Amino acid sequence: MARVKVLSEYCKSCRLCVEICPKGVLQIGDKTNAKGYYTAIVVDEEKCNGCTLCGIVCPDVAIEVYK
Amino acid sequence: MSNRVLMKGNEIIGEAAIRAGCKLFFGYPITPSTEIIEYLAKNLPKAGGTVLQAEDEIGAINMCYGAACTGTRVMTASSSPGISLKQEGISYCAAAELPVVLVNVNRTGPGLGGLGPTQSDYFQSTKGGGHGDYRLIVLAPSKAQELYDFTLEAFDLAEKYRNPVLILTDGFLGQMMEPVELKEKPTSPEVDKSWVVDGARGREKRIIASYSLTNEIGEANNLRWEAKFNGIKEKEQRWEEFYADDAEYLLVSYGTTGRISKSVVLNARKKGIKLGLIRPITLWPFPEKAFIPYKNKIKGIVTVELNTGQMIEDVKLAMDCCVPIYLYRRQGGMLPTETEILEFLEKQFKLSTEEV
Amino acid sequence: MQKVFGRPKGLTEVAFSFCPGCTHGIIMRLVGEVLEELEIIEDTIGVSPVGCAGFCQDFFSCDFVGAAHGRAQAVGTGIKRALPDRIVFTYQGDGDIAAIGTQHAIHTAARGEKITSIMVNNAIYGMTGGQMAPTTLEGMKTSTSPYGRDLVINGYPLDLPKTIATLDGVKYVASVSVDSPKNILQAKKAIKKAFQVQQAGLGFALVSVLSTCPTNWGLSPVDSLKWLRENMMPVYEMGELKVAEEVKNL
Ligand SMILES: Cc1ncc(C[n+]2csc(CCOP(=O)(O)OP(=O)(O)O)c2C)c(N)n1
Ligand code: SF4
Repeated sequence: MARVKVLSEYCKSCRLCVEICPKGVLQIGDKTNAKGYYTAIVVDEEKCNGCTLCGIVCPDVAIEVYK
Repeated sequence: MSNRVLMKGNEIIGEAAIRAGCKLFFGYPITPSTEIIEYLAKNLPKAGGTVLQAEDEIGAINMCYGAACTGTRVMTASSSPGISLKQEGISYCAAAELPVVLVNVNRTGPGLGGLGPTQSDYFQSTKGGGHGDYRLIVLAPSKAQELYDFTLEAFDLAEKYRNPVLILTDGFLGQMMEPVELKEKPTSPEVDKSWVVDGARGREKRIIASYSLTNEIGEANNLRWEAKFNGIKEKEQRWEEFYADDAEYLLVSYGTTGRISKSVVLNARKKGIKLGLIRPITLWPFPEKAFIPYKNKIKGIVTVELNTGQMIEDVKLAMDCCVPIYLYRRQGGMLPTETEILEFLEKQFKLSTEEV
Repeated sequence: MQKVFGRPKGLTEVAFSFCPGCTHGIIMRLVGEVLEELEIIEDTIGVSPVGCAGFCQDFFSCDFVGAAHGRAQAVGTGIKRALPDRIVFTYQGDGDIAAIGTQHAIHTAARGEKITSIMVNNAIYGMTGGQMAPTTLEGMKTSTSPYGRDLVINGYPLDLPKTIATLDGVKYVASVSVDSPKNILQAKKAIKKAFQVQQAGLGFALVSVLSTCPTNWGLSPVDSLKWLRENMMPVYEMGELKVAEEVKNL
């Protein structure tokens, strides 16, 4: 059981987390943050296994993972 | 207890720096300043300090920048081409408001030039030198004792105003042997060190940098610096007057030519010419105040300089050009004789040359 | 549930100013994590360069000094000589450390200055809009090599870490990449070791990190990682290029 959280104000929509997640937990959503970026969102939380790969590749430290 | 010794000009600067509590010296050898780094290399370690010969002058000034950020007393010394290389770093020191003490033992230029005495770096020293609108406090000693006293004080001034201070000398002053009283340094005034960067132990982190993110911040910074420079202008103008009180004519001259000009004044007086001298000690701030009492009193001025006429511009501004102001200059390392200066004055002002 | 991944204490809350997908941000996070893990945030003074990393003084939670372009290591030297018991590191782009600041790069290393330098090699001048860097690859197009870097005109790319590794005062040099999670973890290990070398008072340590510049490469962040892997990693010697005896025992 794990949980991933996107700190959307830090997100710049670069997609690196979306591409790296082996379970397809993350996607780019249809809402923008204050800076105007469509931010990553968690679409399939159940599948997150807490591997933290998304956080490791995120260039904006916009991801938190809980386990 | 007298502590009077005979020392070489450059070594006096080194000794004064040690006594001022300078702990770090970063430099790169260049004649005619080299005795400063050599003297310190020998003697600063004995006082618990370090001399580091940098890869070049750019390295040296940026090491000074780093050390000054920690609140440590630091100095660098060089001669003209080396000072040119340091200019970007000096500008950064001014912008970051760092108390760095600089010494320029001026040699001739442009280019590699020669080693003889010169004042060719007056503009560079007083009008900025590097990029951006800043000023250095510039001290111009003209004898051994002043080399000592001004170096001691330069460290206090730099800390007081958080601004680089430049001691401007030349090869003549640097190489001459003269007696000097190695006075005990008076204790330095307490200064605010709440800006230094030494690791954020139990306090908020600090940043020392000079980038202005917006034009508004940029203007606010420039206004703050301007206010500081105006304060220095108000409080720190220094000069010496010699037979100026009743003078009809004035020589204006600093440093090496300031020395020579004193003899010229005495020779003129012997001939019945009422000549006096104003010797600027701070070249920036230029001692404008010195000239106020003489504006409607004297008949003319000769500035004696070792360049194409640089300080004369400040003298004209200080006098509002209300009297004729002439330049007598030698260049390329040549010094004027007392006789040629006086002859020039007599010729310009059509003075009788009979002995009295 | 416990937080197993998040912002390290070595970083402030300030959002990075880098372009989307720029891996400068990953490298900064790694440094921030190392500062936290080694418990040296309060002992550390960082020196920022001029370049895209020029704002990093706002991103780290330690004291910081902003240097002129290329001068970070000279500034770091001044700080370290004044405060030998503090940790001093520089974070510099390839243009900063390997072009305008080369004299300091060589001599800081040769002196064995006890500081840590992080070099970010993105093969281009990012901040100024994509001009040729000393690290630009042969044939690579930039705004000042619009027909591609021509070896006859511009010479060869400079592999600075390789040069630095040959100098005696240097105790640790590594060339790493942040193109994949595995390499990111490798990079962190190297960065950590470079700080430990300084903690142990051994001498100079340099970590060069291959990094992307999606904006000036004209590629998406994802494609940039691939481009880096396929084009830069074969050119630059990778791995630990120098590990002094004393460092092996750390
Ligand atoms: C003396 C000086 N010359 C040139 C510049 C302009 N300049 C700023 S950053 C930079 C290049 C930065 O490239 P790099 O160091 O590779 O860092 P990046 O931005 O790619 O991270 C240049 C040329 C400057 N600020 N100062
Ligand atoms: S210009 Fe390049 S190096 Fe600079 S922040 Fe953008 S992507 Fe990163």
